[in-house]
Amino acid sequence: MSSTLSRRGFLATAVAAAAVAPLAAPSIARAQGAARLLVVGGGFGGASAARFARIAYPWLEVTLVEPQRSFVTCPYGNLVLGGERKMADITHSFDALRARGVNVVHDWVEGIDPVAKTARLRGGATLGYDRMILSPGIALRWGAIEGYDEAASALLPHAWVPGDGTQTSLLRRQLEAMDDGGVVGLAIPGNPFRCPPGPYERISMIAHYLKRHKPKSKILALDAKDAFSKQGLFQDGWKQLYGDMIEWVPLSKDGKVVRVDAASRTLETEFGVKHQVAVANIIPPQSAARIAIAAGLADNSGWVPVNPRSFESRAAPGIHVVGDANNGAPMPKSGFIANNTAKQAVASAAALLRGETPPEAVYFNTCYSHVGEEYGISIVGIFRPTDTAIVEVPNSGGVSPRGDLPDQRRAEAAYADAWYASITQDAWG
Amino acid sequence: MRPAVLGLALALAFPAAAAAQAPLAAQGCLGCHGATGAGSAAIPGLSGRPAAELSAAMLAFRANERPGPIMGRIARGYTDAEIAAMAAHFAALPAGGSR
Ligand SMILES: Cc1cc2nc3c(=O)[nH]c(=O)nc-3n(C[C@H](O)[C@H](O)[C@H](O)COP(=O)(O)OP(=O)(O)OC[C@H]3O[C@@H](n4cnc5c(N)ncnc54)[C@H](O)[C@@H]3O)c2cc1C
Repeated sequence: MSSTLSRRGFLATAVAAAAVAPLAAPSIARAQGAARLLVVGGGFGGASAARFARIAYPWLEVTLVEPQRSFVTCPYGNLVLGGERKMADITHSFDALRARGVNVVHDWVEGIDPVAKTARLRGGATLGYDRMILSPGIALRWGAIEGYDEAASALLPHAWVPGDGTQTSLLRRQLEAMDDGGVVGLAIPGNPFRCPPGPYERISMIAHYLKRHKPKSKILALDAKDAFSKQGLFQDGWKQLYGDMIEWVPLSKDGKVVRVDAASRTLETEFGVKHQVAVANIIPPQSAARIAIAAGLADNSGWVPVNPRSFESRAAPGIHVVGDANNGAPMPKSGFIANNTAKQAVASAAALLRGETPPEAVYFNTCYSHVGEEYGISIVGIFRPTDTAIVEVPNSGGVSPRGDLPDQRRAEAAYADAWYASITQDAWG
Repeated sequence: MRPAVLGLALALAFPAAAAAQAPLAAQGCLGCHGATGAGSAAIPGLSGRPAAELSAAMLAFRANERPGPIMGRIARGYTDAEIAAMAAHFAALPAGGSR
């Protein structure tokens, strides 16, 4: 643990000694007097929070709890499916965060007591905290599509919560094993869900792979909604690059998948049409991750209501919930928003620990998508909080221009690669 | 321990910490312009460039007077004060970026 966490003053020491439950894990040494920030989840929100806290507020003692030994990103997972990246390219170690003085604990948080300010780990330890940043991501709602549970996902991958990378690798292997002329089926959920343009980038990257290696194949995208992010841009690109390989079926044309049969790879829609496909990617409806629901932080929507300036939970003071788990609409559930809002949450936690008001906030997002090789598109959003909501800045942001603009598309594909390198450095670097 | 008391205690214990407040508006830039502001592959660096140059670029993007694949859409979300703060922040960093 870094020496900046040494004793700072008799008052804080006395307060800490009187107020703070001892840490059960002996390996987690704590400097007397430092305020303890406990970060739960080492994905985009959690890793960004831990890194930013160590840089901007070195007086914070930061512990990060994350079960995965290294983190596989969802972003650029679609490029793995397209054959443009390897799993190693999207896998990030926690060593750099350790070197910054973050105490990284590989375990699950199983319970949170917001009154006692403790978190219970699966391994048995109990960690006390002064403020928590909770960024546990999403849970897939098993059973929301009949027949789609965890066992079914071993046959029909979701590849939407990467975990240790098994799901993305499985979908890639199934695409590789498919015969030319096969149909790849996707089930796409209604709003809100993780990464609004993600399913459509995935369609694009699967088409990119099939066009090169299995050009007689088709993609059948069954969607539970009638409109999607960057729709015009995606559909222009699909037509230009992949001809009639992709069929997108909206809700109003019976696109909503309500039932699957994993053994026969059959996707059944609302009106009973059964589509048997060679490879199926099921992206089911989602909620905040289980720990957020178990801790009583989520409302009936399944997402966590938060203060729009500090991301402090409405239900449990002291716990700042960032990333996909909160109800941040109209902000998208994106890695960029998780990274950006995590910093505001940390700054707010630091301010509140000092008895100050959280700082002025402005939130920034850009989601790039690859439609093809050297063909990138983007959506930009700048958002500001009010006391009760988050509002997009009028006349700002928006999507790339439409039209035959090869230089624009090439530039944005290159920018996307630069974004990935930059943001993963800003989280795990 | 009541939170207000803890907060007071910490405020007394860490008087220097207020100076560590990061310019949050500038944090958004780091998602693409390199985690240190030094640039990332095709995206140019910001750190170490004169504040006047950085603000002039942002203001021109915002006014639609400078073309670019994406910066106009971004610049239109920010106020004059935020643009000035971002420019000052990156101008004060070493050209290779920081931390
Ligand atoms: C295919 C795809 C493509 C995408 N592309 C982009 C893109 O181009 N740009 C973009 O900005 N976003 C993109 N996203 C979205 C992005 O992945 C998410 O928005 C982002 O991961 C959200 O960050 P998070 O911290 O909320 O969750 P995550 O990054 O999922 O991290 C959550 C972490 O919490 C851990 N955790 C969960 N429960 C517990 C517990 N009880 N105890 C301890 N740890 C726990 C998990 O193991 C996990 O590591 C994409 C998503 C997908 C699926």
